[in-house]
Amino acid sequence: MVFGGTEQMPPLDDSKVEELEEIARRVRVHVVKSTHEAGSGHPGGSLSATDILTALYFEIMDHRPEEPEWPKRDRLALSKGHAAPALYGVLAEAGYFPVEELMTLRQLGSRLQGHPHVRTTPGVDASTGSLGQGLSIAAGMALSAKLDRESYQVFAICGDGEMQSGQIWEAAMFSSHNKLDNLTVFLDRNMLQIDGSTEEVSSIEPIISKWNSFGWHVLEIEGHDMSQIYDAVEKSKEVHGQPTIIIAHTIKGKGVPFMEGSLAFHGKAANDEELEKALEALGEKDEDLEGGE
Amino acid sequence: MTVWEMAKQRDAYGEALVELGRERDDIVVLGADLAGSCRLKKFGDEFPERMFNVGIAEQNMTGVAAGLALSDKTVFSSTFAVFATGRAYDQIRQSIAYPKLDVKIVSTHAGITVGGDGASHQMLEDIALMRVLPNVKVVAPADFHESRKATFAIAEEEGPFYMRMGRSSVPIITEEDDPFEIGTATKVKEGDDVTLIGTGIMVSRCLKAAEILDKQHDIGARVLNMSTIKPLDEDKIVESAKETGGIVTAEEHVVSQGMGSGIAQVLSESNYHVPMKRVGIPNVFGESGGSEELMEKYGLTAEHIVESAHDVLERR
Repeated sequence: MVFGGTEQMPPLDDSKVEELEEIARRVRVHVVKSTHEAGSGHPGGSLSATDILTALYFEIMDHRPEEPEWPKRDRLALSKGHAAPALYGVLAEAGYFPVEELMTLRQLGSRLQGHPHVRTTPGVDASTGSLGQGLSIAAGMALSAKLDRESYQVFAICGDGEMQSGQIWEAAMFSSHNKLDNLTVFLDRNMLQIDGSTEEVSSIEPIISKWNSFGWHVLEIEGHDMSQIYDAVEKSKEVHGQPTIIIAHTIKGKGVPFMEGSLAFHGKAANDEELEKALEALGEKDEDLEGGE
Repeated sequence: MTVWEMAKQRDAYGEALVELGRERDDIVVLGADLAGSCRLKKFGDEFPERMFNVGIAEQNMTGVAAGLALSDKTVFSSTFAVFATGRAYDQIRQSIAYPKLDVKIVSTHAGITVGGDGASHQMLEDIALMRVLPNVKVVAPADFHESRKATFAIAEEEGPFYMRMGRSSVPIITEEDDPFEIGTATKVKEGDDVTLIGTGIMVSRCLKAAEILDKQHDIGARVLNMSTIKPLDEDKIVESAKETGGIVTAEEHVVSQGMGSGIAQVLSESNYHVPMKRVGIPNVFGESGGSEELMEKYGLTAEHIVESAHDVLERR
């Protein structure tokens, strides 16, 4: 069931995996610290998408932090815009803006809005936040690449609750109809939405056959495994005439034990005590903490 | 009474799109199963690679338009006014207006003159919905020639636009070589006793009303064509209030939060608090009927404008 890579390309070597995991660890620290500082935000869904975002920006995507609007760059629409803290953490680590700026998240005058905004934050490719819309935007970008005969890839990350939105399926039909094989979507399948389990609120299963029947190439991976994330994207690039969706099984709040699988931290930041526990779990040393702010 | 030649605004739009397509290869056109009605097919025939029919999926169309614009395209996204603005309001707000993208939402079949389709298809609230959105400019051309010129003008100016046109043939009241500028109201008739401000297809009715006022009542009515509803030409509004002392507005839209409301807001913050009357549809849904029957029933004829002008003059 789990996709295991292909023969053709070399898989990520162990040192690369370790490097990516260390970056993802730092991004998780940014997520909990920046939302704690803001006093609000969505740590749960940010942490579930952190490994995917890290693999994308540090191994998979072709982009230039020193030239955010480089026309040939690969693009990402974070359709689950509430995972902005993870995107910002990754962009800061990649050098789009200073890491210290992360602590301005959600504050008046900050470039880091509560949800991603293409006009304020270097490296953000689409304004998202109203769920269900990012996939259409990504499809438009992918279509534009086709029109211009450009080879850039377009990525989108959707939440699983988002699958309940009608526009997702409009975009799904459109993308396969127009053979957007330069579009690769991650479904961050962490099983939870703000009101409870996706299957209790409004079931999205069987999600694989849904996407198959909409004409998509479907892959399934463990969404916290760097090698699987990388391999799945490589595999998606070999598919012609079809967009790909990678169903990434993830854990909401991944990396912070008391947030893992917890509904409470969907839309709530850690308090002081919880922050301390979270940073400890993430292996963040005290001196780093004091150095923050 | 002046008799004008009639033509459909959307025919002009369709022709202008083709010309734009020839001039610029960054023009992309989107339709939602109403490509024929919206006159997108000529563009599609000539530039099949730059025309996409998304099917009955206006929300996706709006998002795809955003994605294309984020990749340096100028996008024309067209369907009936009711779907273009109502069905996809949140998508326009979040995906286009907020990031200020170069998308032109151009609707046809706005207003009650849609006729037989009835209330479900008679969009009477689109001006209100679009003019309240930050970053979005709103244009309502008066006739065939203006529809053509407005299409070029909104393509030329970067940023989100909403342009509304009707279904029916309407009088051609402007000349082919009249200037057209976004944000500028044009004085289409001189007059000093009262000002009639029309937008879209109501400009011709204002002109007709002015003729009646002149011939039957010896009242000199000035007529302004407010082809841009946002931003409003505040200078011309205030100047006309000052010079004529009374304002009548006319629009094929509910009077609540339409062009007339915008003009009332301008005047209330000016030094010229002149009597004013808004001609338009009360805050109700339409119904099936012939276009002219509906215009009569819902108070949108030249005679209604004349009546409102008298009301304004009496209150002065």
